[in-house]
Amino acid sequence: MTVTVKNLTKNYGEIKALKGVSFDVASGELFGLIGPDGAGKTTLFRILTSLLLQDDGEAKVHGFDVVADYREIRKIIGYMPGRFSLYQDLTVEENLNFFATIFNTTVEENYQLIRDIYHQIAPFKTRRAGDLSGGMKQKLALSCALIHKPEILILDEPTTGVDAVSRREFWDMLARLRASGLTILVSTPYMDEASRCDRVALMDRGKILSINTPAGISDEFSRPLYAVKADRRYQLLKTLRSYPYTRSVFTFGELAHYTDSRDDFDPEMLRSHLEQEGLRDVRVELINPGVEDTLISLMTTESESIVDGNKFGKSGE
Amino acid sequence: MHNDNIIEVSGLTRKFGNFTAVDHITFEVKRGEIFGFLGANGAGKTTAIRMLTGLLIPSTGQATVAGFDVFTQTESIKKNIGYMSQKFSLYSDLTVVENIRFYGGIYGLRSRDIRRKTDELLERLGLADVRNRLIDDLPLGWKQKLAFSTAVIHEPAIVFMDEPTGGVDPITRRQFWDLIYEASDRGTTIFVTTHYMDEAEYCDRVTIMVDGRIDALDTPGGLKKKYGAEDIDEVFVKLARGGVA
Amino acid sequence: MKAFLGFIKKEFLHIFRDRRTLLILFGMPLVQLLLFGYAVRNELNKADIAILDHSRDEITREITDKLLSSGYFQLTAWLKSESEIEVVFQRGIARNVIVFESEFGRKLIRDGSANINIVTDASDPNMAQMLEGYTVNIIRDYQQEWQERNRQVQQSAGGSAGGGASISGIVPEVRMLFNPELRSANLFVPGLIAFILMLVSAFLTSITIAREKEQGTMEVLLASPLNPIQIIIGKVLPYLALSVINVFTILIVALVVFDVPFRGSVLLFSMLSLLFIMAALALGLRISSVVKDQQTAMMISLAGLLLPTILLSGFIFPISNMPAVLQYISHIVPAKWFLIIIRGIMLKGVGLEFLWQETLILFGMVVILMATSIKSFKIRLE
Repeated sequence: MTVTVKNLTKNYGEIKALKGVSFDVASGELFGLIGPDGAGKTTLFRILTSLLLQDDGEAKVHGFDVVADYREIRKIIGYMPGRFSLYQDLTVEENLNFFATIFNTTVEENYQLIRDIYHQIAPFKTRRAGDLSGGMKQKLALSCALIHKPEILILDEPTTGVDAVSRREFWDMLARLRASGLTILVSTPYMDEASRCDRVALMDRGKILSINTPAGISDEFSRPLYAVKADRRYQLLKTLRSYPYTRSVFTFGELAHYTDSRDDFDPEMLRSHLEQEGLRDVRVELINPGVEDTLISLMTTESESIVDGNKFGKSGE
Repeated sequence: MHNDNIIEVSGLTRKFGNFTAVDHITFEVKRGEIFGFLGANGAGKTTAIRMLTGLLIPSTGQATVAGFDVFTQTESIKKNIGYMSQKFSLYSDLTVVENIRFYGGIYGLRSRDIRRKTDELLERLGLADVRNRLIDDLPLGWKQKLAFSTAVIHEPAIVFMDEPTGGVDPITRRQFWDLIYEASDRGTTIFVTTHYMDEAEYCDRVTIMVDGRIDALDTPGGLKKKYGAEDIDEVFVKLARGGVA
Repeated sequence: MKAFLGFIKKEFLHIFRDRRTLLILFGMPLVQLLLFGYAVRNELNKADIAILDHSRDEITREITDKLLSSGYFQLTAWLKSESEIEVVFQRGIARNVIVFESEFGRKLIRDGSANINIVTDASDPNMAQMLEGYTVNIIRDYQQEWQERNRQVQQSAGGSAGGGASISGIVPEVRMLFNPELRSANLFVPGLIAFILMLVSAFLTSITIAREKEQGTMEVLLASPLNPIQIIIGKVLPYLALSVINVFTILIVALVVFDVPFRGSVLLFSMLSLLFIMAALALGLRISSVVKDQQTAMMISLAGLLLPTILLSGFIFPISNMPAVLQYISHIVPAKWFLIIIRGIMLKGVGLEFLWQETLILFGMVVILMATSIKSFKIRLE
């Protein structure tokens, strides 16, 4: 195991950022931490990079303890913080050279590691980093995090705020790095990026709700899930929420994802109920749950207080 | 107010020096609809929104918002729209009630109306018990609800929202969209700008802006069908790649 | 070592890319110097005075001539009675009225004393004090000349001023000993050197570190093998170099443009300036270790460092005139000790034998500040 995390706890005053987090990452794995803002992803990464001290629990990276051996840790990790953390007033080239020298290496020495990524921004190498587009900034930041040939790459929300094209390119780059044997820990708020990881940990409010392969995550969704569609979306939601057999209903774009509380549920019954209520073009289809469905279901199981009782999401349980 | 379109934009263009930030965009937004205005950072979304909200005078073209001209009637536009930014424009060191009063005040509501509205809002949002708590101490979901409600406190015909749910958890996000649906059901037009493509799926119709131009305008379903895509993300990728070629 | 040099190179790139920093570094010292040198001078230049002469004899005329020919005053009114004094002040015709009592000359010769009243418009207290000082000094000068002329007769002239000044007997002119022409340049240049060193070393250092925190780059630096000591020294060294350049620029301009004397040892001056720079850098580091953004760094260094350097160091206001509390507080202002040192070196030409106490105090401050600021530099995020 390249990364072992045991029962990590971290509080900021009253706020419990991490409530006992444990997981392992195997060498060469591309491991994703998926969860919304406030899940504790950044705190976890800062502890792993030796930038924060945990309150309790322990973590090892490549055999080094994050507290006692912080100097060693800092030599072997490549870290990309959540915010764009390069010098905006320095050029692309100057940034890269700087990060090479503070790790006591040179760009030339490890150029083969970043060639694929860097050649895309090389035409702009005399441009100041602050003037790059979002996608190019991410590429530069990744190049800077890789230039000292780290054993493990830790990327905190690298694709947040980046357009869809750049996001895809970024994940393609990560896939190539993974193929070259690098261990990668990456966090993201985008559920759809889970499928690009070997394994993912779903996080919410300081806890890991589940660790699994992307396919395995969907299997954790225990009940049949239906996508319901009708002509008027808001009316559909209201009708579904007042339906006595509804176990959970959440909007997914134009659709409502629905689970029923009965074991002998027949979609046809629901369809006719909705039509009786005046909705048109009703369709009810059995679908495969996605990562987001699982996360929502785990979040509601985890604590009922999350849905604050009133007219929002009737969440069952 | 006789027509069904609350926003009408035709050939709207804005240049900054040699750079054309918004390049002849044309579209309409129907009264009561949830309209998604999508695009990557730097595609020209912000410039377009600033023109529609009366903060920036266009270079050429025509546009009306709620019946007012964006060249000559910007003050009337500002009075008749609501605006909610990404950062939930609430003062975190003021209480719930103080925030509501503040926004009621800047939109020129009379103090009697503000008092009535405040009670009404607190009741409807279930925030009566926390009326004197600081915004800082509220959970994210409550802040969002309150931010949206203050943005529409003066009952504008249209409300502009800038990336309203970026980074929030999937349940909070859905609660928020519930509020939007409810407002839309009451007849308020919602104009959402975002670079989170999955947010688009919640809109009635979406446009995708690439390099200052609008390349696609349809329902999310229609766009996916047209581009043979699984989701709006993929539509965007196809559009953006096409734009480069 | 290579990593360290790379770091320093990066710092210089930041400095030379940022117009604001460059302006503070090089523009500000020069502007300050010229401002103090020309605009904010503490010297009188043709101040308006009025004279009420009840005596109108040879001596009062001689004194009047001496006052007016000094170049510091110009006569705007001859008054006839005491009642006009207030009117003159109210209308702004004069700021200073000199009243000779009747039979002034006769009394002086006969009794050895005669009264001059110096009435000043104290609505601008600094100005009033200055007017009074200049007037008294000129009258004393006259008195000395007059006594020499009348050596055989033992006489002295005296006056008691409305502002409280009095002339009696032969008073040694202590105030004017090291600044005989009352030149303000001699006083403000040392103060300005202290201020600018504080500005460049403490202010800019605290801001540059706060900027790394604010922009998130400190996170990357801390997650790298760079040693905290390397980060600190890499941050302060460029500013130290620039501070040294600044000191000599100011000094040269002061010597050439304002004719400020430099009587002591340049080597000693340089060594002790370096000591003060280290104190300032340590203060800057200490500030940066408690703040998270540039704005707070700026505010703390402005209120906590720059203002005391200006107000409590003796730069502008003499410490001996302050209330006891402020006098005690001034002891912890490094600039106070540095000012005593460089005034001593520049104006009096004295060496370490007279300045060792102040030097020792400054040295102690540097040791304590450096130790605490290096200790307070965090190797992790908060």
